[in-house]
Amino acid sequence: MTDNTHDSTGGELAELGPIPDPGIPEHTWRPTDVDPKAEKRAERQVSAMFGLSAVFTILFVVSYFTFHIGEHWTVWLGHGVSTIALGVTLGLALLLIGVGIIQWARKLMGDHEISELRHPARSDDESREGTLAALTQGLEESGIARRPLIRNSLLGAVGLLGVPAIVMLRDLGPLPGDSLYHTIWGMGTKKHPMRIVRDGIWSPILASDLEIGDLVNCQPDAYKNPQRYGIDPTLVEGTELQVQKAKASLILSRMDPGDIKPGPGRKNWTVDGIVAYSKICTHVGCPISLNERTTHHLLCPCHQSTFDLANSGKVVFGPAGRPLPQLPIAVDDEGYLVAQSDFTEPVGPSFWERNYVQR
Amino acid sequence: MRLLNRSAGRLSRYRRGPIAGFVVLLLGLLLTGGLYAAFSPAHADSDSAAAKQAQIEKGRQLFLVSCAFCHGQNGQGVLTQGGSQLGPALTDVGAAAVDFQVGTGRMPMTMPGPQAKEKQPSFSDQEISDLAAYVASLGTGPGIPDKQLYSTQGMSQSQINALVQRGGQIFLANCTACHNFEGSGGAMPRGGFAPRIRGVSSKHIYEAMLTGPQSMDTFSDGNIPPQDKKAVIAYLNNLNNTPSYSGLTLGGLGPVSEGLIGWVVGLGFLVGFAVWIAAHTTRTTKKKDGASA
Amino acid sequence: MSSADVASTNGTKPATVSGGNKRVGTIANWADERLGLASLAKKNLRKVFPDHWSFMLGEIALWSFVVLLITGVFLTLWFDPSMSEVTYNGSYAPLRGVDVSSAYASTMNISFDVRGGLLLRQMHHWAATLFVASMMIHLMRVYLTGAFRKPREINWVIGCFLVLLGTIEGFTGYSLPDDLLSGTGVRAADGFIKATPIVGTYISFFLFGGEFPGSHIIPRLYSMHILLIPGLLLALIAAHMMLLVYHKHTQWPGPGRTEQNVVGFPMLPVYMAKAGGFFFIVFGTIALLGGLFSLNPVWKFGPYDPSKVTAGSQPDWYMGWPDGLLRIMPAWETHLWGHTVSWNIMVPILVCPPAMLTILILLPFFENWVSGDKREHHLLQRPRNAPTRTAILAALATFYALAWTAGGNDIIAIKFGLSINEITYFLRGAVFVGPVLAFIIARRWCISLQRHDQEKLLHGYESGVLVRSPAGGYAEKHLPLPLAKAYALTARETETYMTEEQMAESAANYKGRFPKLRARLQRAYFAHTVPNVTVEELHEAQHHAEHELHEMEAQIAAGPNRHGPTQGH
Repeated sequence: MTDNTHDSTGGELAELGPIPDPGIPEHTWRPTDVDPKAEKRAERQVSAMFGLSAVFTILFVVSYFTFHIGEHWTVWLGHGVSTIALGVTLGLALLLIGVGIIQWARKLMGDHEISELRHPARSDDESREGTLAALTQGLEESGIARRPLIRNSLLGAVGLLGVPAIVMLRDLGPLPGDSLYHTIWGMGTKKHPMRIVRDGIWSPILASDLEIGDLVNCQPDAYKNPQRYGIDPTLVEGTELQVQKAKASLILSRMDPGDIKPGPGRKNWTVDGIVAYSKICTHVGCPISLNERTTHHLLCPCHQSTFDLANSGKVVFGPAGRPLPQLPIAVDDEGYLVAQSDFTEPVGPSFWERNYVQR
Repeated sequence: MRLLNRSAGRLSRYRRGPIAGFVVLLLGLLLTGGLYAAFSPAHADSDSAAAKQAQIEKGRQLFLVSCAFCHGQNGQGVLTQGGSQLGPALTDVGAAAVDFQVGTGRMPMTMPGPQAKEKQPSFSDQEISDLAAYVASLGTGPGIPDKQLYSTQGMSQSQINALVQRGGQIFLANCTACHNFEGSGGAMPRGGFAPRIRGVSSKHIYEAMLTGPQSMDTFSDGNIPPQDKKAVIAYLNNLNNTPSYSGLTLGGLGPVSEGLIGWVVGLGFLVGFAVWIAAHTTRTTKKKDGASA
Repeated sequence: MSSADVASTNGTKPATVSGGNKRVGTIANWADERLGLASLAKKNLRKVFPDHWSFMLGEIALWSFVVLLITGVFLTLWFDPSMSEVTYNGSYAPLRGVDVSSAYASTMNISFDVRGGLLLRQMHHWAATLFVASMMIHLMRVYLTGAFRKPREINWVIGCFLVLLGTIEGFTGYSLPDDLLSGTGVRAADGFIKATPIVGTYISFFLFGGEFPGSHIIPRLYSMHILLIPGLLLALIAAHMMLLVYHKHTQWPGPGRTEQNVVGFPMLPVYMAKAGGFFFIVFGTIALLGGLFSLNPVWKFGPYDPSKVTAGSQPDWYMGWPDGLLRIMPAWETHLWGHTVSWNIMVPILVCPPAMLTILILLPFFENWVSGDKREHHLLQRPRNAPTRTAILAALATFYALAWTAGGNDIIAIKFGLSINEITYFLRGAVFVGPVLAFIIARRWCISLQRHDQEKLLHGYESGVLVRSPAGGYAEKHLPLPLAKAYALTARETETYMTEEQMAESAANYKGRFPKLRARLQRAYFAHTVPNVTVEELHEAQHHAEHELHEMEAQIAAGPNRHGPTQGH
């Protein structure tokens, strides 16, 4: 900078260029200052805006009581009228007040530019010294410097009071335990392995129902038939159901059995070309079912991780770090698709404790 | 049947009219013909079989001219020398696929590419059904769906409401992932896209679910039963007919277009106002009487 | 500068004192005898604020915040922040009979059964969009004009925290309606938390009261959204404003505007009117946006269901850039000793945004450390006159914009017929190359603009008048700049730099560590700037211009084209 020798007293200011300051330019008048007609016109303009604003406010109230919402909206040109009418009338009522006030300020209020002196942000030396003296005196009288035992024990005691604030948070929720390692798919029994049902339709699926190229969004049968699996119905109700869905959502895809490259130990995880994978992305947990039938590539709409369903759910693109967990499936004695067991690894996003073994 | 009904309607209104005699005569003849047709099935079958054969032949001619280059002379598909598919085999796609692909203008493609885009259909309805008949004759595959499969005609309002409600849930579970929450479409890997499906005819949506055009998965009847396909279509039609409650929908694309509007329209408008508020007002060379400027 | 410069009047005075003033006097007297406000009011009622459009960007943020408070209070009257399951039975037929959370049901109730409720919801959301957006452009204005320099560094830091809090406030609000989009956002947030090393899983379980989504997250976000964060925002905004009043507003250099004064209009009445009027304009604009443009149509998204998702799942724009980084991040995950380290999530979410905030906060201190400048600055600098500073912001903004683009890659892909894979590959490189290019281009651009200014000062501005010489050539007449303009252009310092040795000799300003680095940075920061014109150069230019003008006029008078535009010269 031009002059770097200033000390830190703060009052110093930058020096400016070669032309001497001509000073604040001479004030010139606006038409509204010198022409009474223009002044009257501006006055009328401003008050007309305020008047018009009042009209819009009244129209707002009228719209509020006129236009129906609920089951039978008042519709005009394919639009629900209420929202638009209320928004536009309120908006214009407010805008006109604003524009009116600004116009008033611009045309009619005094417009001499005035100058005000600045003062440095720092206090003057006298105040500084006074404050310093008061501080020193206060500290001296308290004896805090002379009695370190009191000071340190007080600091310790107050500092420790932070601990209850943190400890109190403990009961915000339970400890994770092993809950992330299990899903409701594992709650099928030997007699009744967990059936796979269509999401939203809730009917079980025969292997023969599906054609090559079908993609089915699925859920476990336990939501609708908990008693069949001896599951407490409260486990699949309300927010508990959401918790289950967040882990158990599944996609089935039937492809040409020749397309499938089964991973090690996964030879009999499929039924006639039908593969089952977790629907929960291994990246941050979005449900994924954007499948390309021709390539068997499954895309996540949130961050575009792409998984290969024909090849153990391996990541072919995007930020996900691990393949989609595959669910081993079979058919039960009635021919319906069932889960052989739970997922063999935790589903969904990674977490610190997760032990992942690359296959 | 429709013709018959209409003449019956006329009959009652013009009972005393001068042409009533003629109409009665005509009706008699039609009835006789109809009854004859109904009671001599063998003859009628061979008649319609011949018509069908003629239609298939017509379709084959069209196919040879417009489709065979990519799909092969007998619809067996064509591999390029590099081994990639120029046009897939059409032996088992069925009439529904043809009706969808040609009916929405996707086929014939302007040039080979990964994904055909919707455009003005190149064929008339009659030609499309000829083509469909020919392709259907090549093998198996779903036929063109019956209107009653996707139409809510004849259902009561409360039945339709229940259907729409069910359809919405199935739509959100199966369709929105690719086609977006209001059917505005979305991106797929490597330049592919799931097209916008709003405003597409019910029949074509049904056919698309049934046949899985391009890279779309199929939603066969074993996957989503016909009644539930109808529910999805009812939901989509409901979306089409629902007014926009909240103003302009900005393409129904979600937060990206909303953010754009916020920055460009909202902030642009306000910065414009700020410029006006701080701008210098007009000045005059006149001076105010008695004032020291 | 004498105290006479502090004007006590502002023009038009009414001739007569109306009766109203007497009443005002009585009330003022009553109040002052109890509160003693007069001494404070005397100082502030006529406080001077300079006028410039760019000084009102922060005001947009302030007024959006007020609108957020007003609309937010209305929304709380109907919103029920509970995740308990109810069967929707309201007016929107396609969802009737569907099991939803109370939060979603009440959001639907506000939208469909409360008249104007949908408008309020949309206004609240648009105001949030504008709140963060206007804070961002305000921040950029403050940085580009050097308004963050001493004594305003603390206010800069407060401002940075306001952006952070505004963003968190926006995210918590986005999550409340419990529709498919907001639930997907919370789901992703859960993924982010779980990716935190060592404590992530525990934090997730504590925050959600168990496994995702549980039944606690919405009430907890709600209390943060309507109590904790607004309280902090309010306190910080108050501090921000108090410091603004204490420091007095910065101003652009110009005739009569010095480092020692502030020139403009008084608080009462002009600035109060302009600010108050602008409040109504911001409010009105938000009402128009709310009435005309759809925002988050929750009935189409349906209630949140962890098994459902929609294409185009995006956060609101201000969370778009970390989301974009998340999209372009390669799939790096380390598995060590039975533990998972998710670089693919930690880098874009847990490292980059805090790093960006830290960089923002440190910008003034960094520049100050480099320059060693200890003086107060109240006159603004044009962005071109601080080329390196401008270039730094250009680089940061380019990084931000590219990450932002990545956040909308799917929408860009379908709208422009591109491939998301290719966009992603491109952006993976562009986030590194782009900022560097932007830095270089912005700096060169600033320097050439500075040269252009110098040209104008020394050779006059292009008048648009073409003159033909007797030889048949054409030339454009240059006219000297008006004094006020010339003064405004030259009222700046020339930034110089020192060598390490000079620094060592120089006094207190250059104590401290890394003297070599500091000298090199100072050189890099200030070496390219075009020096201000000197008095001698100006004099010479003036002589030259006069001479040229006379010559030209003589030529015109003598030449064949006697009708040339010589009038007035």
